[in-house]
Amino acid sequence: MSDEFDASSPDADLFEEVVGVRRAPRAAPSETSEGAQELGTRSATPLEELRREEGAVLRIPEGAVVDVGDVDVERPTDETMIINMGPQHPSTHGVLRLMLELDGETVLRTKPVIGYLHTGMEKTAEELTYVQGATNVTRMDYLSPLNNELVFSLATEALLGIDVPTRATWIRMLFSELQRISSHLMWMATNGMDLGSTSMMIYGFREREMILALFEKTTGLRMNHDYIRPGGVAADLPDGWEDDVEIICDTVLRRTYEYDELLTGQPIFRERMVGVGSITADEAIALSVTGPILRSTGVSWDLRRSMPYLEYGQLDFDVIVGTYGDNFDRYAIRLNEIRESIKLVRQIAQRVPPGDYRAQDRKVTPPPRARIDESMEALIHHFKIFTEGFRVPEGEVYVAIESPRGEIGCYLVSDGTSKPYRLHIRGPSFVNLQAVPTLMRGGLIADAVAIISSVDPVMGEVDR
Amino acid sequence: MSPAWLVAAHAQLATLLALTTHGDPLYSRGVGWFVWVVVLIKVVVAFAVLLVSVMLMIWFERKLISDMQSRIGPNRAGPWGLLQTLADGTKLFFKEDLLPAQADRTVFHLAPYLSLVPALLIFTVVPVGGIVTISGHPFELQVADPTIGILVVLAMSSIAVYGVMLAGWSSGSKYPLLGSVRASAQMISYEAALGITTVTVVIVTGSLSTRAIVESQASAFWDWNLIRLGIVPFLLFLTAITAELTRPPFDLTEAEQELVGGFHTEYSSIRFAMFFLAEFMNVITMSGVVVTLFLGGPDGPVPHLPTFDVWFPSVWFVGKVFCFLFLYVWLRAALPRLRYDQLMTLGWKYLIPLSLGWLLAVAGFLVDGWWGAGIAAVALCLAGLLARAFSIGKRRGEHDPLLEPAGARVQRPSLLRLASLTPDRGEGDAPGGGGTGEVG
Repeated sequence: MSDEFDASSPDADLFEEVVGVRRAPRAAPSETSEGAQELGTRSATPLEELRREEGAVLRIPEGAVVDVGDVDVERPTDETMIINMGPQHPSTHGVLRLMLELDGETVLRTKPVIGYLHTGMEKTAEELTYVQGATNVTRMDYLSPLNNELVFSLATEALLGIDVPTRATWIRMLFSELQRISSHLMWMATNGMDLGSTSMMIYGFREREMILALFEKTTGLRMNHDYIRPGGVAADLPDGWEDDVEIICDTVLRRTYEYDELLTGQPIFRERMVGVGSITADEAIALSVTGPILRSTGVSWDLRRSMPYLEYGQLDFDVIVGTYGDNFDRYAIRLNEIRESIKLVRQIAQRVPPGDYRAQDRKVTPPPRARIDESMEALIHHFKIFTEGFRVPEGEVYVAIESPRGEIGCYLVSDGTSKPYRLHIRGPSFVNLQAVPTLMRGGLIADAVAIISSVDPVMGEVDR
Repeated sequence: MSPAWLVAAHAQLATLLALTTHGDPLYSRGVGWFVWVVVLIKVVVAFAVLLVSVMLMIWFERKLISDMQSRIGPNRAGPWGLLQTLADGTKLFFKEDLLPAQADRTVFHLAPYLSLVPALLIFTVVPVGGIVTISGHPFELQVADPTIGILVVLAMSSIAVYGVMLAGWSSGSKYPLLGSVRASAQMISYEAALGITTVTVVIVTGSLSTRAIVESQASAFWDWNLIRLGIVPFLLFLTAITAELTRPPFDLTEAEQELVGGFHTEYSSIRFAMFFLAEFMNVITMSGVVVTLFLGGPDGPVPHLPTFDVWFPSVWFVGKVFCFLFLYVWLRAALPRLRYDQLMTLGWKYLIPLSLGWLLAVAGFLVDGWWGAGIAAVALCLAGLLARAFSIGKRRGEHDPLLEPAGARVQRPSLLRLASLTPDRGEGDAPGGGGTGEVG
């Protein structure tokens, strides 16, 4: 099962004693390609590292001034068991790997190991034109692809210095909020599943399906839409979209109250959530955590409100904050954010103005298909945009928006060509994941699952 | 003439039969060929019915939970997907039977049988119907009716723990080991409550025989132990048996989300199927045991029509068992899973003291009304003391500063600076005002 096993270590003796079988010797962690990723024995781990694995907040002073007395280096290895959770584990949300040191069922140390879904998307982006770029970034956070596209498009547009038509902006907001609902529904589903409530799993998917149907109707795809592009959106809203949105809002809002009955007031559910995985505001800020985890500690930090982008400044909505910073607060925040997003979607749907859905800039926006047959110029523009792409002025920019998981940022450097010199996505899942050892302090294995779930990592975005 | 050893063996077997089946009128006239045929038929029929009902139970669970979760469920194999279980079983049978390199061979192979056989044996002592007479030979509709009937149930359910425990231990792997540690702790803790509530039934009946327990409740439904003992022992027994069966919300031993598959993670092919079979068989037999102990078994009004008195009590029995099967599926659809420490707390701190107190009160009332009232009063006082002790213990455990509101902790400058960046912070109607308060 686990590869971290070293037959020469005291663990091997324990294993032999408990299981009665001597295991074949394996390569020591240092000899494998995994190297320092392994959760080592206490004596072999540097103090700062040990402290961090025990849930210390990762800050330079804390690591540097670590007091020897604070860290139990001498703890005998035959009292505890190091166990691998993931990357092939049913509830590590993809390919997250956690190495846990257990004392019975209690988790003493935690180390998230990532990189199992690394596909080099940021590097790939340097080989793709800005036209193709949205197709690439949309695959990062695959549960809210439209937000990835949005942040990339906003960054590109900032460098280009073009204005996007008002209708496109409102469509972007509409879809961003619908995406938030669908992502949080997905979270409700998987969180229910992780706590053993299988019905919630299906219910979450059921409601999400309606939103995906609207996306499919508009963009042609259920995920990885490449719908929000530099210069606007790919297509106008389909006929009758108001009705679809209205049905989605009504149904999902009604269903959120059913979730209250199924989970929120459920005594077992509360027992499992309240007080589990607590984090303070200080710790959360020190760990750069954003999104529902930060808001659960009482910090009202939501980029839609704190640093408004698009037209969020015109809309009326509440930023949901928690008090205790525990799993239940994060659950309540996400559930209520679904309701807030429904409120926003209703406001947006009423205010989407008529007009163009993409910028009328022929250097950026490809011409309609019909124009190609009658205009030589249109044909040339079409050809240039889809082969070379459009050139973006030199410069660098950082744009951040509020994704369902927190602050998703796009750092874009252009050297004046049609391809980015450097693209970096600040993935909220990636940053939030480093809070896992802190959240895990004193938890049990069952809590570990609930805590991973409440961090809501999307590994595509973590590994990029 | 038969050889002497055959006669001796026959005599010994007859004695054994008479001992294990004391109440059955079948043996009252000695053991002849007719008795052997009846016993054989009873065994074969019980075995077949149990296997078929397990198959149907798995289908029923999948179909019902699908309905509850707005899904369709199995609908391909056979009409309404009825043969799905058969198809799955066949598939599993032809799968490769993997043996982990670190496994203890013998124990690994033995464990599934230790799970399956007790499940089958428990069913033998469950009375499924009344007394039937065929060609002047009356006999009971249950495979065996030993004097120690209910002890057989308890013993077998204890042996089944070994199956789970050894399966996890012998797999030579960490997750199954954790699963089996959980399983043994859980089943042993809940067996205490199970045993005590069973004793409550036994002292009222005055017999350990399942048939006697059923007959003592036969007169009317208010004589069912469910009502006669007050509802509490029934609820305690039901909770304990759900934990004993490791059904949701007590399915920690095979918690997929935590322990992958728990004790049977390393099992594949037919050995996995045996665990699966044993689990569902246990659900059915234990439902039968609940019905026997608390709901009068096959007892119920029988219409005065020809042959109805023969088969109609069995309909009552099946109907009552079915209610519990529905309940188990319903629980699975509705409840999240408990955590290990919460499970232990529930078992040791609530179920065991409550069942013990109730047992003493029932025993007291059996002696005399005043004795009963006195013991009930004492039990109440002790319960108050216990509750006080729990609350003190809980408060001591809550010194964790992490459990205090985040806002009550000292805010460092970093946080304050960020707060001042946030435009809405400090206003009267801060956006978070609605916050989580709406949810409760």
